[in-house]
Amino acid sequence: MAGYLILTIIAFSLIAFWIGRSAGNKFVADAQGTTVHSLPGYHGAFVAVWVGLPALVLLLLWLVFQDNVIDSLLLSSLPQSEIAGLTPAQLNLVMTEIKTVASGTIFGEPAPHIMQGAETLTRWRGIAGWAMVATSVCLMLLMLFFTRSRLSARFRARNQFEAVISGLMIFCSVAAILTTIGIIVSLLYESYAFFQLVPPHEFFFGLNWEPQIAIREDQVAGAGAFGAVPVFYGTLVIATLAMAVATPIGLFTAIYLAEYASERFRNIVKPILEILAGVPTVVYGFFAVLTVAPAIREAGTLMGLATSPNSALAAGGVMGIMIIPFISSLSDDAIRAVPRSMSDGSLAMGATRAETITRVLLPAALPGIMGGILLALSRAIGETMIVVMAAGLIATMTINPLDSVTTVTVQIVTLLIGDTAFDSPKTLAAFALGLVLFFVTLCLNVVALRIVQKYREQYE
Amino acid sequence: MSDASMTTQHALQGQAAERRRRARHAADTRLRLYGIGAITLAIGLLGILIFTIILGGHTAFTQTHVRVQFPLTAESYNAEEPARSNWRGVIDDAMAEIFPDAVEGGNLRTRTQILTNNTQFFVRDAVLAGDYEVGDTVTLEVPASDPYDQLNKGVIKRDTPEENRRLDNDEVAAFDSLVENGQVSRPFNWGLFFNADSRFPEIAGLSGAIVGSFYALMVCFLISFPVGIMAATYLEEFAPKNRLTDLIEVNINNLAAVPSIVFGLLGLAVFLQIFGLPRSAPLVGGMVLSLMTLPTIIIATRAALKAVPPSIREAALGVGASKHQVITHHVLPLALPGILTGTIIGLAQALGETAPLLLIGMNAFITSPPGGIFDASTALPTQIYIWADSPERGFVARTSAGILVLLGFLITMNAIAIFLRQRLERRW
Repeated sequence: MAGYLILTIIAFSLIAFWIGRSAGNKFVADAQGTTVHSLPGYHGAFVAVWVGLPALVLLLLWLVFQDNVIDSLLLSSLPQSEIAGLTPAQLNLVMTEIKTVASGTIFGEPAPHIMQGAETLTRWRGIAGWAMVATSVCLMLLMLFFTRSRLSARFRARNQFEAVISGLMIFCSVAAILTTIGIIVSLLYESYAFFQLVPPHEFFFGLNWEPQIAIREDQVAGAGAFGAVPVFYGTLVIATLAMAVATPIGLFTAIYLAEYASERFRNIVKPILEILAGVPTVVYGFFAVLTVAPAIREAGTLMGLATSPNSALAAGGVMGIMIIPFISSLSDDAIRAVPRSMSDGSLAMGATRAETITRVLLPAALPGIMGGILLALSRAIGETMIVVMAAGLIATMTINPLDSVTTVTVQIVTLLIGDTAFDSPKTLAAFALGLVLFFVTLCLNVVALRIVQKYREQYE
Repeated sequence: MSDASMTTQHALQGQAAERRRRARHAADTRLRLYGIGAITLAIGLLGILIFTIILGGHTAFTQTHVRVQFPLTAESYNAEEPARSNWRGVIDDAMAEIFPDAVEGGNLRTRTQILTNNTQFFVRDAVLAGDYEVGDTVTLEVPASDPYDQLNKGVIKRDTPEENRRLDNDEVAAFDSLVENGQVSRPFNWGLFFNADSRFPEIAGLSGAIVGSFYALMVCFLISFPVGIMAATYLEEFAPKNRLTDLIEVNINNLAAVPSIVFGLLGLAVFLQIFGLPRSAPLVGGMVLSLMTLPTIIIATRAALKAVPPSIREAALGVGASKHQVITHHVLPLALPGILTGTIIGLAQALGETAPLLLIGMNAFITSPPGGIFDASTALPTQIYIWADSPERGFVARTSAGILVLLGFLITMNAIAIFLRQRLERRW
């Protein structure tokens, strides 16, 4: 229904454009082109945009709210005798059953009130669909007549049309802010619900994380504990391992590329390193599980060390490989941004290249390098697929990199895959973890960007 | 000459100086070697990554098939209503013909397991498509089941002791007799691209994931391309320099660095929970991905707009164009190659993104390609994730092959972007 309606709207807009343009052509013909303000095309565009846009907005709003409205109407139409004393979860089940029956998949013999509800639902959906078409078409016709009546030779169609486009552009720019607000509000809202069930001090300071509690009553599961400290700790362990791998490799790479390498070598090596950042993370995850983790386990057994099959070292090490290009390219930029005169001065005094780099360039480039490292750290903390595939699920506090630890992102994914009921602390805990993750990475990013920017200004 | 005289004059100092100088140059060489070592290590790790994936995945691009003649006997085949025939019986008959010593209720069952579990459907489709009588035989090339496929490809080795092998000696011998009869072939595995997901590795394919990813990317493109261009044009060409535009700018830079999983949480809470959009649908996946692609497109578009020289704007303004006309008629067309390059790179990033799609349920087990953007579906990276989690041996090779397909798409997209940049972008 909606697809056809969109086609109808497009067709109406084209017709509207044609009507507006012919009106414009007529003005031009009548006035011999001297007193008409806008080109005929702008008259057409003005009519078309005012016919198409409101209908599209109406359609979107309708689609967003139709199901909710019909659901609540349907709920109130169910016989009181059947739904009295049901919990919200059970009511939800009834609604789902009605919907599956209405969509044609019938298992066994549904209760009469379900069948009736399904019939009502199908009928209402049909009515709603046709009402949507009728309203949109009426709206479009109304707008067509209204805008057509405003057209005249002196009408400023171009300015009016451009104003609409400007408005659209502003709306699109605000979309970025809307996204951020959407993230913050949804995370805060669900986290607030979580902290109603689990006190914040338990979440932030508790040392026991066992979130696999029962969502349905018949499930066998633990009693549940939501102390997130071990999860934060595990995230830090893996991120530290990743940084320990990536920082030296990235930094030495940057130094070599910036100071020693020939232009040709640079042009070949830099794109190859960028590939490391372009490989999808799920590929790294598979690599970690299939190749790195068994290799580390084997090496560990050879040396007589007890190694977990999903050791923190495997996940952290592979994540480090992924992060190398972030550190190398940002450090490279920072080193190359140091004015040439500084290194020339140092070389002229007889210092070797190595001395120039370590005594002059690196100290001068340090803020930029720090910024790059912070950005890379925020990447490491927020990285998901590698740890979901290669790290453990059980939250332990251990400093041994051969043991298995879990991270914030792993917990978010495991908590939200499978049953998601938005009134269970298990589901809501994922949003609380997401909130922490968002704010930590946000702070790291803001600080890092600030440092990088400030430093850049210093030399410009 | 002067060097020589200086060393003789200050022999002691000279030696010390020489030592110091050597040490300093050695330090220089060391730093240079560290650099070369780091680069070699990084590139070597990339090489190992790609090498292991190609090594693990190349076998999945072929698939062992067995040519079998299925006799349509009166007991199993129902000539009046072919759809109601006993297809398992047909398969049993065929295998009993090939292995006359196999016993019904005994090892005949293990013999039929040489063929994929879905053989009955292949036979049914072939019979229903043709016009067959009782007594006819149907000759089909049927995929071999996973263990025999692995045996044929040498992944299951014949020299491992029997108790550690997935197939015992009897089963291996039975398969070898098929090979001797020339019934076994290993053609290119088109099923990898044209089959949907399955529990059985030998017939599992990527078509559902490829179609799902295509729909999600389409939705992502349709949202993020117009919105991105509009936002970037406004910020670059129209926006006054004030608090609001500063805020928008900071926002866009930060959005680009928000962990992808947070976008998944947003999609789950807003698109699924509040808007009530269908779970696992490419529509929702595309919407979430578009939020992530938007900053990339905006930043690339702004850079492309900035590269258009002001003289062009001034010339157009000078002959009486309005600000909007200057931009739509002159600036945007000139910036288009740069914008397209940025968009393609953004879409390539979106194609490889997994975590947000997991949260909105695009990791479901779905055995048919989606018919539209509202149908439940998987995407390429989530399919790889599902297969990587599957215990069957055959899925290891399939996962690697899936990764190679995904990397192939990514390389193609990036190559197009590079081509566009080099061929169309103008230097001013």
